[in-house]
Amino acid sequence: MSSAEEPSSEAPEVKEHKEFDVEAEDHFGDSYGAEPTRYIFYRDRKEWADLEPVPQDDGPDPVVKIAYSEKFADVYDYFRALLKKDERSERAFALTADAIELNAANYTVWHYRRVLLQALSKDLREEMKYITNIIEDQPKNYQVWHHRRMVVEWLNDPSEELEFIADTLSQDAKNYHAWQHRQWVIQEYKLWDNELEFVENLLVEDVRNNSAWNQRHFVISHTTGFSDPAVVQREIQYCLNQIRKAPHNESAWNYLKGMLQDRGLSSRPGLLEKVLELKETHCSPYLLAFLFDCYEDALESSFQKENMEQEQKETLKKALEICELLAQEKDTIRKEYWQFLGRSVKNKYGGNGPSNDPVAEEVKQSVPVSEAQEIS
Amino acid sequence: VCQFLAHCQSPTGGFAGGPGQHAHLAPTYAAVNALCIIGTEEAYSVIDREKLLDFLWSLKQPDGSFVMHIGGEVDVRSAYCAASVASLTNIMAPKLFEDTTNWILSCQNWEGGLSGVPGLEAHGGYTFCGMAALVILGKEHMLDLKALLRWVVSRQMRFEGGFQGRCNKLVDGCYSFWQAGLLPLLHRALFNDGESELSRQWWMFDQQALQEYILLCCQNPTGGLLDKPGKSRDFYHTCYCLSGLSIAQHFGNMEHYHEVILGKEENRLAPTHPVYNIRPEKVAQAVQHFRRLSVPDSSRQAGPSADSEPSEPASPSAGPQS
Repeated sequence: MSSAEEPSSEAPEVKEHKEFDVEAEDHFGDSYGAEPTRYIFYRDRKEWADLEPVPQDDGPDPVVKIAYSEKFADVYDYFRALLKKDERSERAFALTADAIELNAANYTVWHYRRVLLQALSKDLREEMKYITNIIEDQPKNYQVWHHRRMVVEWLNDPSEELEFIADTLSQDAKNYHAWQHRQWVIQEYKLWDNELEFVENLLVEDVRNNSAWNQRHFVISHTTGFSDPAVVQREIQYCLNQIRKAPHNESAWNYLKGMLQDRGLSSRPGLLEKVLELKETHCSPYLLAFLFDCYEDALESSFQKENMEQEQKETLKKALEICELLAQEKDTIRKEYWQFLGRSVKNKYGGNGPSNDPVAEEVKQSVPVSEAQEIS
Repeated sequence: VCQFLAHCQSPTGGFAGGPGQHAHLAPTYAAVNALCIIGTEEAYSVIDREKLLDFLWSLKQPDGSFVMHIGGEVDVRSAYCAASVASLTNIMAPKLFEDTTNWILSCQNWEGGLSGVPGLEAHGGYTFCGMAALVILGKEHMLDLKALLRWVVSRQMRFEGGFQGRCNKLVDGCYSFWQAGLLPLLHRALFNDGESELSRQWWMFDQQALQEYILLCCQNPTGGLLDKPGKSRDFYHTCYCLSGLSIAQHFGNMEHYHEVILGKEENRLAPTHPVYNIRPEKVAQAVQHFRRLSVPDSSRQAGPSADSEPSEPASPSAGPQS
């Protein structure tokens, strides 16, 4: 990577070259064994003597001036020189690796490296190895994942991807870039076959991994879809099982609702009953919110239909009670929201609506108070 | 600052991370906002509007999305950055955001929030970008606002008081803006949609709890703000913790204003605009300034300029510019 001949007397110093990473170490060159290789600045390398370095042009009165290390400034002075010349050479290619090591987020360097990869017809398999190592080191960086995607596209070879991403996820199961890359690979190269199994394993490891729940939705919606009743039934069962194991797992409840909401929550016979059962032993703010959603959906379906007034009033009352319970006791951080929902639902489905029916009004006021005890 | 930013401007339009680098939508967004905060004629005149429009066109993709820079990645941040700078500097060409609305809408997922690209997990940063972009385009009503509202209010942590970026993840001070900032946007969108039961005093999140989290947990004793206790300070978290604090302190819509200042009077911050995240006066002033100028005539259309990106080797699966 960097040529090293003469000894250097450079002492280690506090590095400012990685933006917010004050603990980053500066590797001067691997030192195995007795004779450590010393780092040589580009300005001191004979094979670079023909090139005039280009200092960064901040203008006459720089503000928020970054205290680059000597090494950083030296590498980038030469990078700027190469860029200015648009030099497409092996030495330029080698330098981009140094520049990337100093700041892997410099997208200008990555772009240039890609230009060189093509211009010099570099071995893309080697590049895959390179980018694999960089990502392992810095998995939360946009540029490295994008670069990998480009190389995979050029090679038209996704064969290493699922395993590589799985490995990244084993270290951080929620890395957004990793999931993004995974979804791209799967969709582009139609690698759906084993993904549901992969997701289930992740959920066994951590049932609260929302990224895995999202991937579950992703796989199913792009394969069988959620219209197939057998699929929906299986998924409902799966959710309820996970909820029994971990009742306060918001992901499972969100998935249940997210999957069913387009068809209407109240359209699933038996689901409401199951949830009301769970309420006794596995209650949570999420369960209560789900109940509210069921009631609201029922109100929406029966809105202004005939012979539904009494039932509607019961349902509305239950919905309002849940809002009150959540706002005052079970989910007070969201008090403003639950109170808004209560007002909103009351306004829409309540007796003070457009049909000002005096009989309905009377019925509303005479609903027994004892029903309020059902929820607590 | 004006001079430095001028040095960060690319000859082909847009701003780069530093002098001599390629232009990128994130520093473009930041530079334009910074110049609007400064708000002097000198600051406004730094921006080369014609080139900026060319730059935006060069990033536009056939499906309505934008890449972040030539040869770069696509995600919903780019739509927000592009819409923000285009609307402030009055360079919104008629077809510039054609299909962008639909692309952003396709980022709303089963959770109710928005993801970076369609298919991914709902995430606070990306949700803010998507919604704010739609507000600029006047299309926020096309989202499922109720589902989005449920998702974002659920992101406030009942114990910490701050917000998480995604379901079942940890609190982070920066989401004080990305997440809490959605509530003013949703409030206005719901109001415009005919919602009659909105509060006239409070946003639909616990404003006090968020202020407590920021002030008690996110300050570095030697200055600056941070993600959570134990993390080091940085300018990004300083910006977004303070922006979130401002949102939590100030309720305001058409006619009603209400303030909640936790702690001493000196804690009061100036209000911030929930779309651009600079002071509302600065937005108004910039818009007024640039409205007097005509929208540049964009002779260019969508797609990169020649030679700006290596052409891919003959490969049928290579997609459009990414």
